[in-house]
Amino acid sequence: MEWETVIGLEIHAQLATRSKIFSGASTAYGADPNTQACNVDLGLPGVLPVLNREAVVMAGRFGLAIGAGVERRSVFARKNYFYPDLPKGYQISQYELPIVGRGQVTIDLEDDGTKVIGVTRAHLEEDAGKSLHEDFHGMSGIDLNRAGTPLLEIVSEPDMRSPKEAIAYMRKIHTLVRYLGICDGNMQEGSFRCDANVSVRPKGQAAFGTRAELKNLNSFRFVERALRFEVERQIDLLEGGGKVLQETRLYDPERGETRPMRGKEEANDYRYFPDPDLLPVEIDDDFVAALETSLPELPDAKRQRFMEQYGLGRYDASLLTANRATADYYEALLAAGGGDPKLAANWVAGDLSGALNRDGIDIAQSPVDAGLLGGLLARIADNTISGKIAKQVFEAMWRGEGDADAIIEARGLKQITDSGAIEKIVDDVIANNPGQVEQFRAGKEKLMGFFVGQVMKATQGKANPKQVNELLRKRLS
Amino acid sequence: MSLNRADVEKIAHLARLAITEDEAEAYASDLSSILALVEQMNAVDTQDVSPMAHPLHMAQRLRVDEVTEVDQRERFQSTAPHIEAGLYLVPRVIEQG
Amino acid sequence: MYDKTIAELGAGLRAGDFSSLELTQGYLDRIRRLDAALNSFISVVEDSALETARAADERMKAGRAGPLTGIPIAHKDIFCTQGIKTSCGSRMLDNFVSPYDAAVVSRFREAGAVVLGKTNMDEFAMGSSNETSYFGPVRNPWDTERVPGGSSGGSAAAVAARLAVAATGTDTGGSIRQPASLCGITGLKPTYGRVSRYGMIAFASSLDQGGPMTRSAEDAAAMLQVMAGFDPRDSTSSEQPVPDYGAQLDADLAGLRIGLVQEYFDAGLDPAVAQSVRDAVEEYRRLGAEVVEVSLPNSALAVPTYYVVAPAECSSNLSRFDGVRYGYRCAQPRDLEDLYKRSRAEGFGAEVKRRIMIGTYALSAGYYDAYYLKAQKIRHLISSDFRRAFETVDVLMGPVSPTTAFRVGEKTDDPVTMYLSDIYTIAVNLAGLPAISVPVAPAQNMPVGLHIVGNYFAEARLLNLAHRLQQVTDWHKQAPAGFV
Repeated sequence: MEWETVIGLEIHAQLATRSKIFSGASTAYGADPNTQACNVDLGLPGVLPVLNREAVVMAGRFGLAIGAGVERRSVFARKNYFYPDLPKGYQISQYELPIVGRGQVTIDLEDDGTKVIGVTRAHLEEDAGKSLHEDFHGMSGIDLNRAGTPLLEIVSEPDMRSPKEAIAYMRKIHTLVRYLGICDGNMQEGSFRCDANVSVRPKGQAAFGTRAELKNLNSFRFVERALRFEVERQIDLLEGGGKVLQETRLYDPERGETRPMRGKEEANDYRYFPDPDLLPVEIDDDFVAALETSLPELPDAKRQRFMEQYGLGRYDASLLTANRATADYYEALLAAGGGDPKLAANWVAGDLSGALNRDGIDIAQSPVDAGLLGGLLARIADNTISGKIAKQVFEAMWRGEGDADAIIEARGLKQITDSGAIEKIVDDVIANNPGQVEQFRAGKEKLMGFFVGQVMKATQGKANPKQVNELLRKRLS
Repeated sequence: MSLNRADVEKIAHLARLAITEDEAEAYASDLSSILALVEQMNAVDTQDVSPMAHPLHMAQRLRVDEVTEVDQRERFQSTAPHIEAGLYLVPRVIEQG
Repeated sequence: MYDKTIAELGAGLRAGDFSSLELTQGYLDRIRRLDAALNSFISVVEDSALETARAADERMKAGRAGPLTGIPIAHKDIFCTQGIKTSCGSRMLDNFVSPYDAAVVSRFREAGAVVLGKTNMDEFAMGSSNETSYFGPVRNPWDTERVPGGSSGGSAAAVAARLAVAATGTDTGGSIRQPASLCGITGLKPTYGRVSRYGMIAFASSLDQGGPMTRSAEDAAAMLQVMAGFDPRDSTSSEQPVPDYGAQLDADLAGLRIGLVQEYFDAGLDPAVAQSVRDAVEEYRRLGAEVVEVSLPNSALAVPTYYVVAPAECSSNLSRFDGVRYGYRCAQPRDLEDLYKRSRAEGFGAEVKRRIMIGTYALSAGYYDAYYLKAQKIRHLISSDFRRAFETVDVLMGPVSPTTAFRVGEKTDDPVTMYLSDIYTIAVNLAGLPAISVPVAPAQNMPVGLHIVGNYFAEARLLNLAHRLQQVTDWHKQAPAGFV
């Protein structure tokens, strides 16, 4: 039987506010345990929540970016359950009336097509603390620093039909929240987390199959692996005459498998009701208008503009607009005399990205800033150096040895364009390699590369390759 | 609605309250009589009435996003039942994602 | 000395007739001598009270004293007080020393008031007789065989017995007004949102409101002046400006329209209590007010509705008491679930557990619509009844409690009978309105309270009405024998 996969994702994005959603405690990551948990975060008797305006603004930006807008009235509700990392015994969330309603995003498919994925809703809620399981004499330690960090939970429709689509959607949301400046997207620190609902059904069947909820998917790689494993598992189960259970499963990255979560066997009854400590959030036209004007150019629009304005292909444009910092760098590079947009794109996506990855540096902190790289590309454009030499210069710039001109000057890397000088070297090469010359003339065209290599070697790479080629052909013919 | 012992045990579990069998019987009787009182509400038709969650007709006020709290861990943990290395200790938590 | 009003004591302090230290010492002595019979205090904080009194005397000399500076008061043990045990009448918080001050507590601190201690109360403010306290029942100073009412019974008894000049209380379904009525003092429940709930341990968040408990309306005005006002830490706090409550106490009542709530004079009302209330209403007629009968047709639904809304909110509010970060933790928990279940079972008393369970049930899957949502809808109807009534009258009047103080133990076996003690006070909380209990002629030698309900933020009007009555009667000046 042919099976169809159905996936929906719930993404939790920690909002990049300075203080918590309902208290004035810091949200900074990595502090000593419980030093950023104030009386409100600890759920001390008598404390009350007051909503952080910036969390509302950030949620609103997201709503506008996915075409959902901002709900004029949203309500916070309590989700009641007991867990040691949940200090009040309830999580303040939104239930019936979320701040962001139905929207959508477009993802790119592998075959160059696109697909629209529906976003059911996005709502504001508070994050829980953390349980640390290192052995404290058989006990767990609770750190509530994270408790109260604002989260935007983004719930998709079950619109994805493969793990690849799910990843594309997740990347799209990841790009979007970082563009909007509402989440740092750091998956390692848990700023961007994902749960997935997965089911399979016979191709052509309208009704959904029974779904499993996968948790603990905290990297793009894990999401894809977990989804693949789970889809296979469900298909095997069904084909073997078994049934998929509706359950929560945990992904174990070490074993590369999903397994049912212990301790959640009982059905949850969260007893949601409107939080009486908070009033309805009412958003007026002015608030929305201010949000609209503060919205940056979004990734899809930027990519389209890059394609049109700079004549880039879809692939290059996607790479360059994958995050705002890269796109900004690229445009600064062009402004700094980067010359040909295609050449500039190759450099950003190639050598620069390579070096950044190698050294684990953010593009915003690149030791070769757009101005420096622009200087280098200008020397390629005016034939002062070849592309190959440029790579050397780039590495020197990366090590902080100065700007392109200084390095070219100091190392004498200036391209030899004096045809008399090159002609002489060409003649020497021909004279020194009579055997190869004979074979070439007998039709072994491949040897052209050998001659070029010899000339370049003799010039330490400084000869203009185009010129060398032309001269060699003339002499050898 | 009259509650039996099993109902009471289910509710007590949701509310994380340990109860003995004898207590469960007593609660079943008490809670049933409270529910009988509460169910006097059913005398009114509320089909077209909107729910009122709150006495005030006010909207939520929004706080400026600034850090106003300083570390008070020592003070907050001075009455904690069991702490170590700044953490609140509880019997081992079973994985829950 | 112990019959003086806040204003009189303030004048005496400023004139140097006596010091706050002497006054405070006097009250501490009275507590030591007389409270054994009442059990109205959970904590008495002698050292800090004397220290505050000394500071108040300094402040007095420096000419920076306010109306409450140096005045010995008590806080209901539901208000968080930094460095002082804040038990909420529960074993759960018997070991809880609050690391912060409630808004109300800070305000009195800034005003220079001297805090003598924390008063006894029904556990987590759930009760109408002060018998659910982990620290034992409070006795009514008028007859120590009888209850003082609840849940602010400790505050009511302490003020009635002159163990504090005034006290704070909280009112979720009548918890200021009913004990005020049963102990013969003045108790005001302000409009929801008038007094900050920050640091006031929540019972039912949409109903709870703090207020003053005093011997006179004039004192209540002085206390409310300190307590009332916007607090950015409470999202439900109102930004309405706070008037000068003292300035309107003597306002003329001519032409004022009083609505007598006919549903409140029902079969359940003790005829002697009804007579005292009607006699008081007659006084208002003599003072120039016009009295008409009004109807609040959904009155009978208030108690049923309340016993869904309040338990639902309480079931969630009390989930934080889990033995993890503060408060009671059971011995030797086997595992996490055992820690939760036994800490809560051992830390909470029977009435609190009953309400948690009722609330849990009312919110649970399959029952939410039938109970919680239904109650929220009826809440709307009850609120609309009041809105309509206030289109024709300025204030509403009736009894606070259907009877005078009942005997200790009389109603403890039957929760539903106990719940009906608040039958006339509960609707006011559901609607969020202000209301006051004012002492009128006793019945069977026990105090009776007149209930006056005002429109939103009409506290000044209520204080004005209470004060005018207290100028033509002296019920509020009576002191229980043995506590003079």
